[in-house]
Amino acid sequence: MTDTAAQASAVADAKAAPDTMAWDSGLRRLMMIYLPLGCFVLILLFPFYWMAITSFKPNAELMNYREHNPFWITSPTLAHIKHLLFDTAYPRWLWTTMLVAIGATTLSLIASTLAAYAIERLRFRGSPYVGLGIYMAYLVPPSILFIPLATVVVQFGLFDSPLALILVYPTFLVPFCTWLLIGYFKSIPYELEECALVDGATRLQILRRITLPLAVPGLISAGIFSFTLSWNEFIYALAFIQSGANKTVPVAILTELVTGDVYQWGALMAGSLLGSLPVAIFYSLFVDYYVSSLTGAVKE
Amino acid sequence: MSVTTLSSPVLVQRQPNWLVRLFDYKPFLVAMCLAPAIGLLGVFLTYPLGLGIWLAFTDTTIGRKGEFIGLENFQYLLTDSLWWNAVFYSVVYTAIATFGKFALGFWLALLLNNHFPFKSLLRAIILLPWIVPTVLSALAFWWIYDPQFSIISYLLVDVLHWRTSNIDFLGSPWPARFSLIAANIWRGIPFVAISLLAGLQTISPSLYEAAMLDGASAWQRFRYITFPMMMPILAIVMTFSIIFTFTDFQLVYAITRGGPGNSTHLLATLAFQRGIAGGELGEGAAIAVSMIPFLVFATLFSYFGLARRKWQQGEAND
Repeated sequence: MTDTAAQASAVADAKAAPDTMAWDSGLRRLMMIYLPLGCFVLILLFPFYWMAITSFKPNAELMNYREHNPFWITSPTLAHIKHLLFDTAYPRWLWTTMLVAIGATTLSLIASTLAAYAIERLRFRGSPYVGLGIYMAYLVPPSILFIPLATVVVQFGLFDSPLALILVYPTFLVPFCTWLLIGYFKSIPYELEECALVDGATRLQILRRITLPLAVPGLISAGIFSFTLSWNEFIYALAFIQSGANKTVPVAILTELVTGDVYQWGALMAGSLLGSLPVAIFYSLFVDYYVSSLTGAVKE
Repeated sequence: MSVTTLSSPVLVQRQPNWLVRLFDYKPFLVAMCLAPAIGLLGVFLTYPLGLGIWLAFTDTTIGRKGEFIGLENFQYLLTDSLWWNAVFYSVVYTAIATFGKFALGFWLALLLNNHFPFKSLLRAIILLPWIVPTVLSALAFWWIYDPQFSIISYLLVDVLHWRTSNIDFLGSPWPARFSLIAANIWRGIPFVAISLLAGLQTISPSLYEAAMLDGASAWQRFRYITFPMMMPILAIVMTFSIIFTFTDFQLVYAITRGGPGNSTHLLATLAFQRGIAGGELGEGAAIAVSMIPFLVFATLFSYFGLARRKWQQGEAND
C-alpha cells in the first residue's frame, strides 16, 4: 500500500520534474494566496468563535485554563442563555430592537423611494443638486449630531421612547437608500414609462405598477441594509433611551449586563451571540444583495 | 377584490377628479415625493447640525436653557489637557487604523481577486465582522483583551512560551490605545476589501495582457496598472473610512470607556462624557463641533489628494 503510494508520488514527481514551472507555481500559489487567505479568515472569524464557545462554557471551565483547553468545551451548558432569557429583560430588548429596526426601515424605504423617483424620473430643475444634497447628508457622522439631537428629541417629548429612534435613524438611512435606488431607477428603461404615459396612466400609477415592480431587487438591497444598520446603531440609542425596558440589544448588553467588577463573561458573550444572530441569519439569506449593494453603492 | 382593481383605473381615466389631476401636476408631485425625505433630513439632520453649532457657543446644561457666551467653550477647550489628549489620540487612531485597514484590506482584495473554489462563500464569510453589531464584537474583543483570561496571553505564555507574564492589554495607556486600534482594523478590513474587490473586477484584463506582452513584472503591473486604476475608488472608500474612524464612538465606549486615566478618549467619547453623561450640553457640543475642521481637512486631503488625476483630467472617462 505504502509502496504503491510512494511509487505513485515518484511517478508524479518524475512527471512534474520537466515541468518545474507548474510545480513551482503550485507551491507559489499555496504560499502567496492560500496561506495569507487562511490567516485572514482565521483572524476575522476568531472573535466569533470565541464568542460562541464562551457562551456555552460553564463558569468553571471559563476561568480555568490549566485543566481545560480553552479552545474547546468539555461539558457544554445552556445556563448562560437560560439566565439571559429568563432572568433578564433580554426578550424585551430583542423585541424593541426588532420594532425599531423594522419601523425605521419602513419609514426610510418609503421616503427614499419617493425621493429617488422624483430625482431620477420626474427630472425637475435642480434635481441633481437635491440628489447631491441628500448624498452629502450621509457624510455627517452621528457623533457630531447626537448632542443637539438629544435636545430636539426632548423638545418633541420623545425622550426615552423607541419612536424617537424610529424617527432619527432615517437620517443616516435615507441618504444611503436614496443613493442606491437612484442607481436602480437609472437602470430601468425610460421607454417603459413613456409607453404607460401614452396609454394614459398617471404618474403615481406608473410608479406603483411599472417602476416599483422592476426596482424590487434595489428595494430589497436598501431594505436589508437599512435593517442591518438600524439593528447595529449604538450612539443614538445610548443617548436617547434611559429606562432599561426600552433599550435596544447593543445598548442593553453594555449598560445592563455589565455590572460590578466581576464580569459575567458567559452571559455577556451569550447576549452578544444572540444579538448578532438575527442580522447574521438575515445576512446569510441575502448575501448577494448585500455584496451587490455595497459594491454598487461604491461604484456609483 | 379583482373587480375593484379592474374598475378603478377605468373610473380614474373617465372622470379625472381634482385630486387625481393634482397628483398628476408635476411640480406638486415633485414636492410630495420629496417632502418625506427632505422633511426627515431637515428636522433631524440639518436643524440639529445648526443647533449643535449654536449650542457650542452657549453654556446650556441639561434642564437649563443656556445663554450665548461667545467663544468661551472653545477657549476653555484649548486649555483643557483632556481635549488635547483626545485630539491627539483621535488623530493617531485614525492615521494608524486607516493605514492598517487599507494595507490589509487591499491585500485581501488582491487575494480574493484570484480564482479558487468556494470563492463566493469565502467572500460572504469575510463580510461578517462588518455585518455584526460593532458593540457586540467589541465585547468579544474586551473578553479577548481580559487581563487574566486573555486567550492571546494564554497562547503566548502557556502554548508558545514566548512570554512569562500575561499582557496587560487595557491597563496602561499605550497598550490600550493599540488594542483599540487593532480592534478597529479588524472591523474595517472587510468593508475595504469588498469595496476594493469590486473596483479590481472592473479593471480590464486586456491591460494586464498588454503589459505582460511588453514584459512587465508582477510588481510593475501592480504599480502602473492596478494602483492607478484603483485611485478613484480608493479615494471614495478612504474618505468614508477616515470620516467614520475619526468620529468612532462604539469601540472605545464599549471596550475602555476612555480609560485607563482618560488616555483612550476619542473626541466623540469625550463629547458624550461631557455632554450627555456630565450634562454640560454646551461644552459637549463644542467638542463635537471641534471635530468638523478635522473632518473637512481629512475629506479634502483624501479626496483631492488621491483623486487628483481624475479632477485634473476632468470628467474624461469613468
